[in-house]
Amino acid sequence: MIIHHPILGPRDAQEFVYLGDASLMDRPDGMTAGIEEFHEYLYQRGNPAGEHRELWYHEQGDRSWLVVTRNTVTHEITKVELARDVARAKGRSK
Amino acid sequence: MADALKAMTAFGLREPKQVKIGALSIKELTDVALASVAARKGRMADLSRAAAAAGLPLPGPSTHAPGDPYSSFWVAPEMWLVEAPFASHELIADMLRAALGDGASVTEQTDAWVGFDLTADDLTALMQRLCNVDFAMAPDGHATRTVMEHLGVYLIKRGKGAARVYGPRSSAESLLHAVEAAAVALA
Repeated sequence: MIIHHPILGPRDAQEFVYLGDASLMDRPDGMTAGIEEFHEYLYQRGNPAGEHRELWYHEQGDRSWLVVTRNTVTHEITKVELARDVARAKGRSK
Repeated sequence: MADALKAMTAFGLREPKQVKIGALSIKELTDVALASVAARKGRMADLSRAAAAAGLPLPGPSTHAPGDPYSSFWVAPEMWLVEAPFASHELIADMLRAALGDGASVTEQTDAWVGFDLTADDLTALMQRLCNVDFAMAPDGHATRTVMEHLGVYLIKRGKGAARVYGPRSSAESLLHAVEAAAVALA
């Protein structure tokens, strides 16, 4: 599987480490969000047959975190973004 | 007395390791000081200005920029690994910190890596065995992180028959063995 890194171009998937659902980036504020919301964040995962947004870490590369949109049925990758850019687009500082 | 205080190489020896296998020559680097330079958040413009004044090149992704005394290559967004002659820049991190100010984070890296200069007529076949970088297609000055024999390394292409490899210093023997084994298989 080839992942088209937004900066480095096509790179083999063996250079990356898979973390999981990209919703992990949106951790609720533990001080204000209720326990239900935090439980949801921590334990509940969708397992879609189809398009899935997931986090990949380019460990044997530039060490960037990526948000990869991948079809879990065909393994087709339709979009790759730097996780930094995704977070900043949501108004986060990091 | 002074001789006894001479630093040992990554192989625990006094002199750099040199190996010749067929047309390939492997030479350990002991005369390069290394430091990483990263821009602090939102301070890239400050770093660019200070680096230009200090004569430190900050090349774009996948690129190595040679210079005197500082050469550097891109390792991550807004982060570079800087090379300089060890004799004049043993305290490279302090020197860069003084030159770049508080817009950059500088980390000493000299003793974290073992470096090898590889030379041959053509390194393409060797690189095909060692890593997944398309060495033949890569332009001169191409610098990238890749994997050789399970070890994360930086590979810098300096020409069709010249490349530099930086690998983890604690795995110096293993990395050298990997390169030697590939070279023997090709010889």
